[in-house]
Amino acid sequence: MNGESFLFTVFALATCLSALAVVFSQTVVRMAFWLIIALGSTSALFFLANADFVGAAQLLIYVGGTLVLLVFGVMLTASGPYLKITTSSGEIVMGSCVGLLFLLVVFASLNGVKWRDPSPETITAASHVVSTGNTLRPLGLSLLGSRPDKDSTTDGDTLSPGYLLPFEIVSVHLLVVLIGAAYLARAKRRAEC
Amino acid sequence: MMFAAQSIAEFFQVFGGWQYVIAAVIHAVLLVHVFAVSPFAFIWLERKVSGRIQDRLGPTRVGGMFGWLQSLADGIKLVQKEDLCPSAADSMLFRSAPYIVCVAAFSAFMVLPFSDGWVAVAADCGLFIILAILSLEVFGIIMAGYSSGSKWSLFGGMREAAQMVSYEIPLAICSLVPVIAAGSLNLGEIGGMQRGWFTNWFMFHDPFTFIAFFVYFVVATAGCKRAPFDLAEAESELVGGFHTEYSGMRWSFFFMGEYASMFAVCGIASILFLGGWNTGLAPIDNALYAARSAGADGSGSAAVGYLANVIGAGIFAAKASFGVFVQVWLRWTLPRLRIDQVITTCLKYLVPISCFLFLGATLWPIVLVSAMGRSTWTEPVGDRAALGLQETRQGNGGVAVTVEPRVDVGLVVPGSNEIESEGVVQ
Repeated sequence: MNGESFLFTVFALATCLSALAVVFSQTVVRMAFWLIIALGSTSALFFLANADFVGAAQLLIYVGGTLVLLVFGVMLTASGPYLKITTSSGEIVMGSCVGLLFLLVVFASLNGVKWRDPSPETITAASHVVSTGNTLRPLGLSLLGSRPDKDSTTDGDTLSPGYLLPFEIVSVHLLVVLIGAAYLARAKRRAEC
Repeated sequence: MMFAAQSIAEFFQVFGGWQYVIAAVIHAVLLVHVFAVSPFAFIWLERKVSGRIQDRLGPTRVGGMFGWLQSLADGIKLVQKEDLCPSAADSMLFRSAPYIVCVAAFSAFMVLPFSDGWVAVAADCGLFIILAILSLEVFGIIMAGYSSGSKWSLFGGMREAAQMVSYEIPLAICSLVPVIAAGSLNLGEIGGMQRGWFTNWFMFHDPFTFIAFFVYFVVATAGCKRAPFDLAEAESELVGGFHTEYSGMRWSFFFMGEYASMFAVCGIASILFLGGWNTGLAPIDNALYAARSAGADGSGSAAVGYLANVIGAGIFAAKASFGVFVQVWLRWTLPRLRIDQVITTCLKYLVPISCFLFLGATLWPIVLVSAMGRSTWTEPVGDRAALGLQETRQGNGGVAVTVEPRVDVGLVVPGSNEIESEGVVQ
């Protein structure tokens, strides 16, 4: 076992165990704590897979953003000292059904990939990433609409479109959400004045 | 060489020789000491500076001259203290909260370069990673506040959450302003580009980065919950805020984390705006870079190259420590704001200012190119863009990095910047 697979085992175990702890703990903030460990270990797995950007985004968005907002919301709204959630048996059945379905999807998609003999394109792309460790520049370029990793292998007549359009759609969507939030949170003028 | 490893995979590939393991252990221990010893120095500094500002002496007795052993005496006292956990507290969360603060503050040093190529993980998006890691620290504070089972702590935690959620926005936008000038998120590359005379520092790159430095510093001070933004503690109203119920080592973990993150944000400021490990004097810089690359490729003495890196790390630490000193100075000079004033300062002033700076920084090179025919206001000294960059990537550490041809630093293409600005502003 080399160092990398050792670290992978450690973080994968941490992810799974703390995800189980999220399910089995009853206090909301304790769940949030276990969720930090789970999401942090997931981002460590991303870092191990040389996906620096995804790992950092995972930390910034889910742990630094979403979870902080979650705990902040619990602090503002809870009536008692420690907010508890008790799951009814119906919810357990529903949850395990959804979980099992998700497991099936994951299993099917994992089986769909040829892990033993990957295609030559995958090998070249992966070896480039592993040799430099830099995934950000190709990622940024493809968000700007050019795919240097694909276009260098094809003959140049058919250029790959990149992800500029989805990126712009997401930006506009975020803008709409921001305006909506500002509209909802505005100081409302009373009707009678 | 170890520390120029570009990825974790490469790190383990060179794990073969024992000498590398020993070198790695020594450097890791040094890195831990940056985290563990710098708080001692900064706490002493805080006491002396506050003493001078309030017209008193500060510590004088312990350790003889200037009371320099005072922090160690405090450390021994804190280790001996009883580890208390209030009966109303959620003990598991209460006990683990200080570790989250500590781990977050310490992990930030993983991607912070101390000198040319002296970085534990030279990630391509180092700035993004370090901001992401520093944003985790707030969670420990909130959890400490929530789980203490005390209203003072709860108020402190809530204030901290509200403050951090708002201050992270201008922090990210302000640190993007020099990134526009640099065209890279790699902290090592950003530092290497500012080689040469101090006019090459990104602070003097254009008026927008100049203002952005001060806005960044204010926001970073708030981000470390330092006075005048220390609403989470606010000892005059909340007893001790989030750490009211803590004692002994767990209490001191919060403060080690606080001082370490102060050093980290000031280190980021010195790399983004103040030239990082560069002296700002072109002849000295060039000599240091020459010594480093000669040491790395074997044409010169490796020891001299190492020494040049130590000097670089010293310059970097001096700049960052000066930032910490200014934060201490501010703390004892300005009165604490109210929580509504803190949020107003951020949302009504700092966010619009940083958005304006971001927009201005994207437009500046375009305007300058059309008016003066070049994209920087000074004559580029010492072929800053081309030469500095190449050497940063290939000269140090012996790891030659193959990079795709990219947009030249000096010549910003208007089109790419417009797209970038649209995406990030929203």
